[in-house]
Amino acid sequence: MTRTKYKDLGKRTVEFYGHGIKNLQDIEIKGKLIVIEGPDASGRSTQIQEITTRLEADGHAVLNTGLKRSELVGRGILEAKQDYNLGRKTLALYYAADFADQFEYKIIPALQAGYIVLADRYIYTLIARNLVRGLDRTWCHNLYGFAIKPDIVFYLDVEPSVLIHRVFQKNSTLDHYESGADIGLSEDMYESFLIYQKRISQEFHAMQKKYGLIPINGNRTIPEIHNDLQKRIDGFLKRVGNQ
Amino acid sequence: MIRGMKMETRGKLIIVEGIDGSGKSTQIHLLEKWLAYKGVSVFKSEWNSSEMVKEITSKGKKKGLLTPTTFSLLHATDFADRYERNISPLLRAGHFVLADRYVYTAFARDIVRGCNPEWVKKVYDFAIKPDVAFYFKVPADIAVDRILIGRPKLKYYEAGMDMNLSNDAYESYRIFQGRIIEQYDSLAESEGFTVIDGTLNIEEQQNIVRKKILPLLEGYQTSKTRIKR
Repeated sequence: MTRTKYKDLGKRTVEFYGHGIKNLQDIEIKGKLIVIEGPDASGRSTQIQEITTRLEADGHAVLNTGLKRSELVGRGILEAKQDYNLGRKTLALYYAADFADQFEYKIIPALQAGYIVLADRYIYTLIARNLVRGLDRTWCHNLYGFAIKPDIVFYLDVEPSVLIHRVFQKNSTLDHYESGADIGLSEDMYESFLIYQKRISQEFHAMQKKYGLIPINGNRTIPEIHNDLQKRIDGFLKRVGNQ
Repeated sequence: MIRGMKMETRGKLIIVEGIDGSGKSTQIHLLEKWLAYKGVSVFKSEWNSSEMVKEITSKGKKKGLLTPTTFSLLHATDFADRYERNISPLLRAGHFVLADRYVYTAFARDIVRGCNPEWVKKVYDFAIKPDVAFYFKVPADIAVDRILIGRPKLKYYEAGMDMNLSNDAYESYRIFQGRIIEQYDSLAESEGFTVIDGTLNIEEQQNIVRKKILPLLEGYQTSKTRIKR
């Protein structure tokens, strides 16, 4: 066997996007943080399942995280979203609290323990949504200044016109927020969805360079995308294992 | 510009800050009564008033789950809700808004808890600067004694127990309040607080408060003046 799967993933100190968190400044992490970003129905969860299975088969401990899943506020957000009167900054901060809770209680401890953390979205989706809703760019970036830089971030880039069919296959209806219905883009939900997703995608493209996001053509079939992602992840783990 | 939408229709924001037991709530209450008596359209806004976040913070507090970052962000969420739905529209409509605690409470508490000062200030930078910010300055011991009379037990976060200042809740509370005062003192100059000696008589303090507010009433159309024609 020439596979390097049992090799140590290497240690590193954490690097924050902004000011960071005081008591985490000097910690050392052994694990790796891999993020998969992309809109709803882009096939993220399916990909994450498949990748998790493969990584575990290769002997890595894997932790899955996502948005709206914190013990503290996860459920609260779902309830709050039913209240369509909530302001944009309020929701933005609420999401940030949810993310921070998972970040401190799940992601960081798992990385310290040497896990590969596979994150089903990270701060970028949250930032993109805020930007599309007209919140100040500097404010949005500062808000997530406590987050650490992941090792790799993939972005499943799906054409809105392709995406809408996947949404219908998955849910058969369009979601209020994911169609940007809260920002009055169009009277027509279908058109609103296309405009909204286009804008989200534009924000991702704008963030690509700044954050080193790797765009993955998400218009392909699930196995094709999986092969692509898996190859890149295996390659990455091999590189860090050999260092 | 649309007719009737001149900038001077904007209301006035008056806020009070100070540690628990500094007497600020009494003072803002008296100010509110005075303004209402003068026919000013006045609204009061309190810290921690939104139902949505209250449920979650209280759950998190009960379980001792909050970190400085989540504590800060949940309170910011709460403030944003109050600001976006209440304070900001009221001000734009030209009313007087009296806020019992404002963003400075968050700055002081979060910074004491170890959040990065620049980060916290930036998180709250959507909030407008008050027209007048009163800071009721009281030595920690006096304020703490006022609070502890008739209050048998301090809550975990209220006492600052999450910071491991002391195993004794009362001792922890004293240290915590002392540090909050340090933060207020350093904000006082940079933020231009009107500092009021909170050990003075209630009437004396209120007198100073009203004198400071009087100029804001110049040119303000009260319901009484409007009725006069």
